Amino acid sequence: MGTDRSTPLLQVNDLQVYYGAIYAIRGITFVVNEGEIVSLIGANGAGKTTTLRALSGLIPSTGKMEFCGKDLRKIPTHQRVGRGLAQSPEGRGVFPGLTVRENIEMGAYCRRDVAQIASDMEECYQLFPKLRDRRAQLAGTLSGGEQQMLAISRALMAKPRLLLLDEPSLGLAPLIVAQIFEIIQRVNKKGVTILLVEQNARMALKQSHRAYVLETGRIVLEGMGHDLLENDQVRRSYLGV
Amino acid sequence: MQDFAQHFINGLSLGSIYALIALGYTMVYGILQLINFAHSDVYMMGAFCSYYAARFLNLNDSQGLPSFVVLLMSSIIGCAILGFLIERLAYRPLRNAPKLNVLIAAIGVSLLLQYTGQSVFGDDPKVFPTVLPNVPVLEGSSFTVHSLDLVVLGVTLLTLLVLNLLIFRTRIGMAMRAVSQNMRVASLMGVNPNRIISATFILGSALAGVGSVLVGLKYPKVEPLMGTMIGMKAFIAAVLGGIGNLSGAVLGAVLMGLSEEMVVGYLSSTYRDALAFGILIAVLIFKPAGLLGRSATEKV
Repeated sequence: MGTDRSTPLLQVNDLQVYYGAIYAIRGITFVVNEGEIVSLIGANGAGKTTTLRALSGLIPSTGKMEFCGKDLRKIPTHQRVGRGLAQSPEGRGVFPGLTVRENIEMGAYCRRDVAQIASDMEECYQLFPKLRDRRAQLAGTLSGGEQQMLAISRALMAKPRLLLLDEPSLGLAPLIVAQIFEIIQRVNKKGVTILLVEQNARMALKQSHRAYVLETGRIVLEGMGHDLLENDQVRRSYLGV
Repeated sequence: MQDFAQHFINGLSLGSIYALIALGYTMVYGILQLINFAHSDVYMMGAFCSYYAARFLNLNDSQGLPSFVVLLMSSIIGCAILGFLIERLAYRPLRNAPKLNVLIAAIGVSLLLQYTGQSVFGDDPKVFPTVLPNVPVLEGSSFTVHSLDLVVLGVTLLTLLVLNLLIFRTRIGMAMRAVSQNMRVASLMGVNPNRIISATFILGSALAGVGSVLVGLKYPKVEPLMGTMIGMKAFIAAVLGGIGNLSGAVLGAVLMGLSEEMVVGYLSSTYRDALAFGILIAVLIFKPAGLLGRSATEKV
């Protein structure tokens, strides 16, 4: 793409989320530049998934969220994907009673360019040949890794500018995790910006240009991925060394 | 056993009517986990729509397919509009409220429709126009197939076929299935859940509209409380088949119609209605999820 990765695509300012009485996100500010892979790392309950849900509009929040220079709050949840913001949700969220093919088609629900959709679907099958073999199968019968691949393909079918990935490595064998991250790199090289939420901090930091460390609803550290890998605090709290 | 064939035909015809109504319950439940108590009264209103359409257009004495189609269309359109309005005005404002609140609203809408019917149309039963003749068309040694039985079966099968194509072969059908499986994720894909929910109510109500005309032809009595018992049975049929499951609703309804007719034929018609509830209790004891229903399996 030859991008310099310094043009902001997503700008979040003082984002706050309450779950009832629980103050889950306590005013976080971060930016994702065009062409980057940025990860949010942190322990369970730090607020990583909550942040993504707020970005997609699945939960109410306050603060500024700007995407492609537009105020995200003015765009209803179901229209955000059409504006280029796709999310592969936590726990994969595939439709278990739809076939693999239908799940992929659902990813392109916001699009009307039938011919292009067909060729993009072909591209997904090339990226994940297993999905082609299983295209007529109900998604609920896939293994965890296959479901993750399906969830990523489905999100890609929206032709997003920014892809939000929630825990793509969760519950997967190391070999599959490596495969998934390889695909994430490939997708990024094709020009898709990625915001990644991960508990697998080592993998996420290795694969990201930049990262933010989230602790009980606050950003406590930020920096380049490989710098954070060397950071003492990160090494102690998240890498177990 | 010589009457078996006759009871079988009657049961099938009754069951297919139950199926049309049961589908409305099961579709709404599948998408909102709501038992739409007002559904049986939408059905009643459909019967009145076609009754008044016939009076207004002077179709009472004109037998034939065009009159039948006119009645069918007026009932379908009336029910579809009513179903849409009920969801829009009564259920949508409660979208984020506890499920029990919505259930109570549904009971409220049901009562509202019944009493509106009583005060506007009057309590006295009205005679549904006989726009199609009911003549024997096929006579065996121990059974007779009447033309209305064929109409009921034919119209039901055609309706089910169209419904099937709509749900499994169209974009909106796929979106309906997606929303019923996971509304939040579907909205991430760009599906507007409210629009899909509206479509579900319109479709389910239209099916009840078809059912009400078929019932009107077979049992030509129209009155404001006519939906209660048939609605109850259709709902039980939906539970029997596994609520939320479309084929389950059809299966449950056919089983229900058949067993009801068999009870009438071989036991006593006194037990006709008791049977429905007996079946419900038995199913809930042995198969809580219904015949085709299954407890959701999720991979983590």
